[in-house]
Amino acid sequence: MITKRIIPCLDVKNGRVVKGVNFQGLSDVSSPVELGKYYSDCGADELVFYDITASAEGRKLFTDILTQVASTIFIPLTVGGGINTVEDFDRVLKCGADKVSVNSGAIRNPQLITDAARRYGDQCVVISADVKRVDGVFRVFAKGGRENTGMEAISWIKSCVDRGAGEVVLNSIDTDGVKKGFDIEMLDAVCNAVNVPVIASGGAGSQQDFVELFQKLPKVDAGLAASVFHFGEIAIADLKRTLRDNNINVRL
Amino acid sequence: MVGIIDYGVGNLFSLKSSFEAIGQEVFVSGDAAQLAKADRLILPGVGAFGDAAEKLRQSGLDAFVRQAAAKGTPLMGICLGMQLLFEESHEYGCHKGLGLLKGKVVPMQPEGLKIPHIGWNSLHKTQDSPLLSGVKEGDFVYFVHSFHAQGCEDSLVAVTDYGMTVTAAVQKGNVMGCQFHPEKSGQVGLAILKAFAEAKL
Repeated sequence: MITKRIIPCLDVKNGRVVKGVNFQGLSDVSSPVELGKYYSDCGADELVFYDITASAEGRKLFTDILTQVASTIFIPLTVGGGINTVEDFDRVLKCGADKVSVNSGAIRNPQLITDAARRYGDQCVVISADVKRVDGVFRVFAKGGRENTGMEAISWIKSCVDRGAGEVVLNSIDTDGVKKGFDIEMLDAVCNAVNVPVIASGGAGSQQDFVELFQKLPKVDAGLAASVFHFGEIAIADLKRTLRDNNINVRL
Repeated sequence: MVGIIDYGVGNLFSLKSSFEAIGQEVFVSGDAAQLAKADRLILPGVGAFGDAAEKLRQSGLDAFVRQAAAKGTPLMGICLGMQLLFEESHEYGCHKGLGLLKGKVVPMQPEGLKIPHIGWNSLHKTQDSPLLSGVKEGDFVYFVHSFHAQGCEDSLVAVTDYGMTVTAAVQKGNVMGCQFHPEKSGQVGLAILKAFAEAKL
């Protein structure tokens, strides 16, 4: 049986992981290689690295780091941040990424999804959407959630999948950072609209939030979180045992 | 020494790194003369069957792979590379494969489940195989695919369950393959690559 995936997300700036705390046995909490390896050893099913660097030098550092990560960690790696062209896909895939996540780049130029899917296959292209309710309508936000594009979110996500995106990361701005659980209503709307894997993001505060996610929405394939893992509030190994005890299929 | 066959399909960085991580000498090449020096061969592949089969033919490496297999060189196909070992594929039309294993590649039609089959799924052995000597019943590996091999009972060594029985690994003599990605399957995957690199066939 296929398992539900648990995915930690690491924000990387100038080659270092942003917002981390000290785990036992981890000497450098800001090292993407060390933290990635730690998560992989704890049972993370996949890792997402977001490059939040703005400068060209930082970009180069990021790909160097990615190469090191991919030489030592043998689970699927998704890379996002600053992906605007097919050349950007090429740049990170050559360093060992398996999937590339696009967000603002696809909003500016939806053809990017079509071109990348044609060149690298649908399984390689992940559409990541930051979505927020505005007057009761799900709207897509760009630039890290700062700018309302005015686009209706469900039809946007559906159009990205039609263009060849093989996976969807849905980040609810409404629940992000609140730590009261995932946005079940928004996720349900997306799951009913597309037939590719959907990864839930935004709102995880406790192990129970993941249990509720997979129990209420069996169609959701994975749960993604950052701070609850980085700050040690949820240990991935414990989370997976809890999920298994609740009859949710996980890799242990 | 393990030679990874580069015929312009897919990203070989992780595959090469994973052999290095288990202490195996490995190289990537698209040159038959170079590849002939390897004592074990990996046929990788992602994307569409028709394109990949065509690229393998254009590069002339299809003949090399057939000869190496006939000589008894251990050969492992991974993902689409495994599918290429079979007689034919019905992915968008009908395309000829290498014909090193009996069987054909067909679309998966699991009831009520998404396609592609993406994620970690458990292996169930159907036969003993040196390739899976380090794998326990139910161990998880990482899959990304929409098609799988059928009619390959004589080489089948492991299956997985995805609303249907899916061909996961095959082996017949020196020719073998994994539908999943051992280079993305953590410690279990590395154990499979090690078994391939060290198997006495």
